[in-house]
Amino acid sequence: MLALLLRDLRLATRAGGGFGLSLAFFLIVTVLVPFGVGPEGGILARIAPGILWVGALLSCLLSLDRIFALDREDGSLDLLATAPIPLEGVVAAKALAHWLTTGLPLTLGAPVLGVLLHLPGSGFAWLTLSLLLGTPALSVIGTFGAALTVGLKRGGLLLSLLVLPLYIPTLIFGAEAARRGSEGLATATPLLMLAGITAGAVAMLPFASAAAIRVNLR
Amino acid sequence: MSIWEYANPKKFMQTSSWALPWVTGLAVVTLLTGLVWGFFFTPDDFRQGATVKIIYIHVPSAMMAINAWAMMLVTSLIWLIRRHHVSVLAAKAAAPIGMTMTLIALFTGAIWGQPMWGTWWAWDPRLTSFLILFLFYLGYIALWEAVDDPDTAADLTSVLCLVGSVFALLSRYAVLFWNQGLHQGASLSLDKEEHVADVFAWPLWISMAGFVLLFITLVLLRTRTEIRSRRLRALEARERMA
Repeated sequence: MLALLLRDLRLATRAGGGFGLSLAFFLIVTVLVPFGVGPEGGILARIAPGILWVGALLSCLLSLDRIFALDREDGSLDLLATAPIPLEGVVAAKALAHWLTTGLPLTLGAPVLGVLLHLPGSGFAWLTLSLLLGTPALSVIGTFGAALTVGLKRGGLLLSLLVLPLYIPTLIFGAEAARRGSEGLATATPLLMLAGITAGAVAMLPFASAAAIRVNLR
Repeated sequence: MSIWEYANPKKFMQTSSWALPWVTGLAVVTLLTGLVWGFFFTPDDFRQGATVKIIYIHVPSAMMAINAWAMMLVTSLIWLIRRHHVSVLAAKAAAPIGMTMTLIALFTGAIWGQPMWGTWWAWDPRLTSFLILFLFYLGYIALWEAVDDPDTAADLTSVLCLVGSVFALLSRYAVLFWNQGLHQGASLSLDKEEHVADVFAWPLWISMAGFVLLFITLVLLRTRTEIRSRRLRALEARERMA
C-alpha cells in the first residue's frame, strides 16, 4: 500500500501529473469573486469563509476523474484489483494520495487567499483547521464518485453531478465552522460534526468504492 | 406463498396485470374523493383563505417524495443481496416518480409561500432538504442513463442509492443546524395532540391514501414497461444471433 501511495504521489507530481492545477484553479476562482461581487472589503470579509470553502470544494472536484481513469486506461487498475492487497486498501491509498496532492495544498493555500478576500484575523486558524478536517472527507467521497464512473467514457460531468450532492453536509459544517471562527463565535459543534463526517466517510466509503470498482471491472 | 415469488418476472407480470386495474381504479376514486372534498367541500381557513387547500397536493406529494426514496433503498438492498431483477427494476421505475413528487412538493410550496410568507423561496431547512433530495434523484437517474450494461447499471445505482441515503439523511440534519426554519411543523401526526383541524384532516388523509395508490399504480406500470423492454431486447439479441 505504501508503494502504491508513493507511486501515485510520484505520478501526480511529475510532468503531466497535473499537480498544482487544482491550486491554480482555486486561486483563479478566488480572484474572480471580487470581480463578481465588487471590491468592497466588508462584503468580501463576510463571504470569505464560504467562498474559500466552495472554491476548495470545486478545486477538489477538478482532479477527481484522474484518480482511476488513467489506471483504467493503461490496465494497471486490473492489476491492482488482482493484487494481494485488498481493493479497499487500494482505494484508501488512492484517496490518501489524492488528499496529499490536492486537499493538503488547498488547505495550506487557503489562508493566503484569505488575505485577498479580507478574511478577518481571527478566521485564519479556524479556516485552516476546518479545511484540514474537511478535505479528507472530500477526497474519500470523491474517490467513491470516481469509482462509480470509472467505466464511463465521458464520466466527468456525471461525476460532478453525483459527487456534489454528497459534498453538501461536509460543506455546511466546514463553512459554518470557518464562518463562526471568523466572527469570533464558538466553533466546537461544527468542527466536531465535520470531524465526525470525515471519520465516518474514511471508515466506510472505501468499501462502497471498492464494490463499485469490482462491478466496473466485471 | 412468499413475497420472493414475485422475483420471478413471469409471476410478477401475471399478478400485476391482474392487480393493476384494481389499484388504478382505487387510486382514481380515492384521489377524486380526497381532492374534490378538499377543494370544494371544506371551508376556507380564516387566515389563509383558499390557499390552505394546496395542502391536499403539497403534503401527500412531499410524503411520497420521501417514501419513494425509501422504497428505492429497500429494493436496491434486495437487489444487492438476493439479485432479483424485478426488485432493481422497481427501483429504477420509482426514481422519476419520486423526482416528480419532489418537484410537485417544491412548486406547490412555492405557490403557497408567495401569498403566505411573501416569498417563493426561502433557505428553510425543509425546503433546502427537498431541493437536495431532488439533486439525489437527479444523480441516481443520470447514472442509470449513463451506464450501458443493465446489470452494471443496476449494481452501481444500488450502491449509489445506499450511500446517497446516508448522505441525504446527513444533509437533512446538517441544514437543520445551518439555518432556522420558516416552515411550520408537521400538519398531521399520530401521536401529538395538536394538528390540523378535523374538517381539513379527513380529506387530507384520503388524498394521502390516493397518492400512495397513485404511486403504486405508476410503479407497477413502469416496472412492467421495464420488464417488457428487457424482454424485447433479449428477443432482438436472439434474432441477431440466429
